Amino acid sequence: MGLLDAKISKHNVLVTSVDNVMNWARLSSLWPMGFGLACCAIEMMATNASNYDLERFGIFPRASPRQSDLMIVAGTVTMKMAERVIRLYEQMPEPRYVLSMGSCSNCGGPYWKHGYHVLKGVDRIIPVDVYVPGCPPRPESLIGGLMKVQELIRMEQIGISRAEALKKLEEKSIDPGQLIQAARKGAIAS
Amino acid sequence: MGDTQENIPQSGEVIAAKAVWQVINEKFGDAVSELDENPFMPFFEVLKREQWRDIALFMRDNPKLRFTYMACLSGVDYPEERKLGIVCNLESLGELGHRIAVKVKCDREGGIIPSVAKVWKTADWHEREAYDMYGMEFSGHPDLRRILCPEDWEGYPLRKDYQVQETYHGIKVPE
Amino acid sequence: MQELGKAEHSSVRVTPKGDNRVIIEKDISSEEMILNMGPQHPSTHGVLRLECKTDGEVVIEAEPYLGYLHRCFEKHAEMVDYPGVVPFVDRMDYLASMNSDFAFCIAVEKLLDVEIPRRVEFIRVIVSEFNRIASHLVAIGTYAIDLGAFTPFLFCFRDREHILNLLEWTSGARMLYNYILIGGVAYDFPEGFKERALEFVKYFRPKALELQKLLTENEIFVKRTKGIGMMPADVAINYGWSGPMLRGSGVEWDLRKEDAYSIYPELDFKVCVPDGRFSDIGDCLSRHLVRAMEMEESLNIIEQSLEMMPEEDGFDPRAAIPKRIRPKAGEVYGRAENPRGELGFYIQSDGKSTSPLRCKARSSCFVNLSAMKELSLGQLIPDLVSIIGSIDIVLGEVDR
Repeated sequence: MGLLDAKISKHNVLVTSVDNVMNWARLSSLWPMGFGLACCAIEMMATNASNYDLERFGIFPRASPRQSDLMIVAGTVTMKMAERVIRLYEQMPEPRYVLSMGSCSNCGGPYWKHGYHVLKGVDRIIPVDVYVPGCPPRPESLIGGLMKVQELIRMEQIGISRAEALKKLEEKSIDPGQLIQAARKGAIAS
Repeated sequence: MGDTQENIPQSGEVIAAKAVWQVINEKFGDAVSELDENPFMPFFEVLKREQWRDIALFMRDNPKLRFTYMACLSGVDYPEERKLGIVCNLESLGELGHRIAVKVKCDREGGIIPSVAKVWKTADWHEREAYDMYGMEFSGHPDLRRILCPEDWEGYPLRKDYQVQETYHGIKVPE
Repeated sequence: MQELGKAEHSSVRVTPKGDNRVIIEKDISSEEMILNMGPQHPSTHGVLRLECKTDGEVVIEAEPYLGYLHRCFEKHAEMVDYPGVVPFVDRMDYLASMNSDFAFCIAVEKLLDVEIPRRVEFIRVIVSEFNRIASHLVAIGTYAIDLGAFTPFLFCFRDREHILNLLEWTSGARMLYNYILIGGVAYDFPEGFKERALEFVKYFRPKALELQKLLTENEIFVKRTKGIGMMPADVAINYGWSGPMLRGSGVEWDLRKEDAYSIYPELDFKVCVPDGRFSDIGDCLSRHLVRAMEMEESLNIIEQSLEMMPEEDGFDPRAAIPKRIRPKAGEVYGRAENPRGELGFYIQSDGKSTSPLRCKARSSCFVNLSAMKELSLGQLIPDLVSIIGSIDIVLGEVDR
């Protein structure tokens, strides 16, 4: 946030909006529910473990939905599990966020056509804020998705709805495709 | 896994299976079919399926057979014959080393196969799975319930004519 | 005898000298309580649900409920063609995709007339053994975390990452490889793989020893696992156990030796069985020890096969893959040794269609887990976690 780096002396007054402070506090201690479903859960564990170390972002898995802000739906949601997912979501305190990790929970993934027992997308039962593609997504892309959640929190204000915050996020977001193409052109030119 | 390397141990397997089948045939006569001597998976079929549990017990405990280990029990659908069935892969683990496969068939609607869950405990969950996927009953099974699908699921998913249900508890099922 | 709680409320007695055995006294019992564990529980390794009937601290019955991750593998196998089944096999046992692919390809190749090139066999064995180590590392790491030790988990995942890097370099994917194909493998080893693989083996040997010291010589870990979840060998066979679970009960049974598939008969390795010096044979600690020993054996296998592997310039690992995979009519049961036990595929082919008529996966953890009811009888609730951890279940394979 820059505040800690700026070496604030003892007798200083900081002026900022309540939104900013609250959002900063919330996004710096985003606690997901340790809730693994399938293959993606292993990548989620790998992200939490030594090499990718999610704790440096203040993200630390909690065992109970009642203590968590974020639900990472990591893996295939089946019909049998769907009702449990809804119940877990309802047990989480507001404000809560949902990150859908991997193709299966985004849209059913490879089980789209013949998977009679697979829910084709977790957004059919609970609202999803951020989708992370991949089968399974690499830890880097999960971290990217989590940073998107943090950005979303940064967009929120007292008095505006989640939908409006998502809209603001969309307006502010940059299309990575153009950046990639520009970089490619630069690489070819040089 | 070339043909030449593969055939030598497998023909040995067929010979062993033949010896096993002869012992069973001596005891049970025409309750069992001829041995199918294919090189991949030699098998025989239990024709009188009410004797299946006795045959299973005999296969497990007879000192010449000692099939102590059930590797696999798969449910199968035979739509042309209008039958359902199970295929059991049995092996004498660590004792005699031979293996054989056994088939038992029953009617497609309301078919009943004797359960062998008390002979090999492996069969307990495998039979529940076969019931879940194909819908044949296993008489004498200690706890015959659906295992993978929810209790109130409609239909038997692995039958060839299975039609997936439209909704489950208000959630749309097909794509 | 030291009593826990008041006698009229508790039926648990623990012997004083650190012997964890629980004595259930029949005349004293408290009210039965149903305790639900899972499907969202950090130590059920996924979405397993256990319904435990408890009497005080003692579990009378633990009934597993499965199917929370039933992804219809067998339906998909009937719907797609043979090469298309391989990605679904990957997703079944997602901790050991290479080994699962290997088992599936062995089953299909029995029905096909293909000659597998010798180098391909070596590649297959090397990647599967690497994957076995990675899988055992996850098993050991999560087992430690279940029992309250966090450091081994970090150690395991650090070393696992090296293996994933090697396999990613080879196949292009981190976890679900789709690398072993029917009749061959997707790519040859990249240039310099042998050196880096040997480097890893050299790096990992002391690390494996360190891990061993962290856990097996840790008194808390030993107390939580020794003598817990005992399973005698004959009952284990009757339950159809295989892999480290069966070897933990003292049965020398390894499909790599028994079935002698691929190039395993040419390699020198031993079947790991606990010798009873550290553990009671058949308990949770034995199963853990078997996994730890197997990692060492896998390193031996990798080292030998890297040395023996024939070098060929311009080798095409896809050369033997048939253009159209249409196996002969017949039935086959093919199997291979997975890190969790025997993974078998029963495949029925009619000789005409390019997809199997029936493909049943005999999953090792499905069978191993079926003994849960018997294992948990009369154990303490915290020991239930220890038992589940020692079975090393992957729910993707249990539910398929």
